[in-house]
Amino acid sequence: MLKGRLRKDRIARHYMLTVTILAMFVLLLIGGGLLVKSLPIIQEKGLWTLLSTSNWRPFKGDFGFASYIVSTLYVTGIAIIIALPLSLLTSIYIIEYASPKILRAFSSVVDLLSGIPPVIYGVWGTLTIVPFISETLAPHFVEFSTGYSALAGGVVLAIMIIPLIISILMEVFGAVPKEMREASMSLGATKWQTVKKVVVRKSIPGIVAAVVLAISRAFGETIAVLMVCGNFTDLPKSIFDACYPIPALIANNYGEMMSVPKYESALMFAAFLLFFIIVVFNIISRIVLIQIDKRYQL
Amino acid sequence: MEILTETLIMEKPKQVRNRKPGCDKPHIEVEKLNLYIQDNHILKNISLAIPDKSITCIIGPSGCGKTTLLRTFNRLHDDNVDVRITGKLFVDCEDIYAKDAEVTHIRKKMGLLAQRPCSLPMSILDNVVYGPRLHGVRGKHKLHEIAYHQLSAVGLWDEVKDRLKTPASKLSIGQQQRLCLARGLAVEPDIILGDEATSALDPISSKTIEELFVSLKDKYTIVLVTHTLRQAKRIADYVAFMYMGELIEFGTADQVFNNPKHKLTQEYISGGFS
Repeated sequence: MLKGRLRKDRIARHYMLTVTILAMFVLLLIGGGLLVKSLPIIQEKGLWTLLSTSNWRPFKGDFGFASYIVSTLYVTGIAIIIALPLSLLTSIYIIEYASPKILRAFSSVVDLLSGIPPVIYGVWGTLTIVPFISETLAPHFVEFSTGYSALAGGVVLAIMIIPLIISILMEVFGAVPKEMREASMSLGATKWQTVKKVVVRKSIPGIVAAVVLAISRAFGETIAVLMVCGNFTDLPKSIFDACYPIPALIANNYGEMMSVPKYESALMFAAFLLFFIIVVFNIISRIVLIQIDKRYQL
Repeated sequence: MEILTETLIMEKPKQVRNRKPGCDKPHIEVEKLNLYIQDNHILKNISLAIPDKSITCIIGPSGCGKTTLLRTFNRLHDDNVDVRITGKLFVDCEDIYAKDAEVTHIRKKMGLLAQRPCSLPMSILDNVVYGPRLHGVRGKHKLHEIAYHQLSAVGLWDEVKDRLKTPASKLSIGQQQRLCLARGLAVEPDIILGDEATSALDPISSKTIEELFVSLKDKYTIVLVTHTLRQAKRIADYVAFMYMGELIEFGTADQVFNNPKHKLTQEYISGGFS
C-alpha cells in the first residue's frame, strides 16, 4: 500500500493525463462529427466538384465552394499583408525604443483593443472603411465598387488582428536576452543594426508563431467580416469586388432553409472545410518552425 | 567603518598609441564620476586612470559597483532611463559623456566579455565577422581572413575550422566565451573589458581565458571585474578595490595584495568579508 502523498501524486498524474487526452479527443470529435455530417453531399457530388466549381444554387442542388474558399484566402491574405508590417514596426518601437512609460500605456491600449467585440469593428468598418473604399479608393482602380468588398473585409480583419500580433510580438522581442543586445551594441552596432541583425533574427520562430495564430484567428473571424465584405457568391475578380468567406456563409445560412435537400450537409461540409484548412495550416507552420529551429538553432 | 573619500592619484602611464595627436592621457581616464540609479548614489566620485597595455582588475564585494563602473566605460547604461551620470570619462581624451559624443565609435574601441558568453544567433563565422561587417568590411575573402586571424588568436581555429557555418550556440560554453573574445577583437579595439568573464566557465576553460588575457596584454588595455581574488592575484598588474560605490584603493597588484594602504582593503583581501 502506497503512502498517502505518493498515492495522491499518482492520482493527480492520472487525472491530468485523462483530462489531456479528453482535450485532444475533442479535436477528433469535432472533425469527425463534421465529416460524418458532410458525407452525404460529398458522396452525391464528389469532392472535386464541390471544391472546384463556384455555382451555388441550393434549390437546384448546385453546391460549389470555390468562391467561398477563394474569398476566405483573399480576405485573410489581405489582412495579414496589412497587419504584419505594421505590427512588426510597432512592437519593435515599443520594445526597443519607447520609454517604459509609453510601454506601459501602450500595453493597456493593446489589451483594450483586443477586448473590443468583433461586432463593433464590423459597425465601424461599415461606417468608415466601406464608404472610403467606394468613394475615394476604388474609383482610381475600377469603374464601380459598393465598398463592400474583399478589401474592406481584409482591412477590418487586419485592424482586429493587429493587437493580437503586437501583443505576441512584444512578448517575443522582450524575451530576447538583454545581453545579446549588449553584445551587439558593444561591437559598435547602432540600435537599428542590432534590431535588424540580432533581435529580429533571434525572434523568427516567435514571429512565425504570431503570424500563424493571427491567420488562424483571421480564417475563422465571422461577424465583422460578414458585415463589410458584401456576401455575394461569385469569384472575386479584384479586391474591390464583394466576396463571401466560409464563416460568413455558415453564419448567414445555418438554421434557415433547412428544408432544401442536402443544404445542411453542404453547410456542414463548409464547416469541415474551414476546420480542415486551419488544422492543415497549423501542421504546416509547425513543420516550418521545426525546420527553422534545425537550420539556425536560434 | 571609515571610508576615505580622497581622490586617488596615479602615476601617468608612459606609452601612447593609436590616438589623436596631442592626447597624453591613457585610454581610459575617469574623472569625478558619479552615477545614480533613481535616487540611489551607486558610484561615488570615482577618479581613476587605467594604465595602458596591462591588466587592471577591479575587485570588491558584491554590490560595490564594480560592474556598474565597467559598464560606464562603453556607455552600456544608455538605455536605462533611471541612470544619471555626472563627471567625466575620457576615452582617448574624448569625454564620452559629453552631449555631442557619438557612442558607436567609442564602443568600437572596446571589446566586451560578458559574464555568460553571449553568442549571437548566427553561425560561428558570422559571429566573428559581425563587428567588421557592421563597420563596412565586405568581401568573402577578407572576412574569412579576419575570422581565421581572430579565431587563431583565441586558440579556437583548429577546433572550429571545419564547422564555421554551424550555429555558434552549438559550441561548448568555454568555446563560446573564446568566440566572444574573438568577436570583440575583430573590431580592432584598444581596450578589452571583462565582466566576470570566467565566472560561468569550468576551471579549464577559465584557465584558457586567463592565459589569453595575459598573452593579449602586450597589445591591449585590459580591465577585468572579478569576484575571485585568486584570479586577480594570478593575472593582475594593477588592482582597484571598490567598496560601497567608492574607489578605496588603486595600485600595482604587488602593492595592493602585499602592502595594502587601507584597512578595508586589508580586511577584504585577507578574507575578512566578501
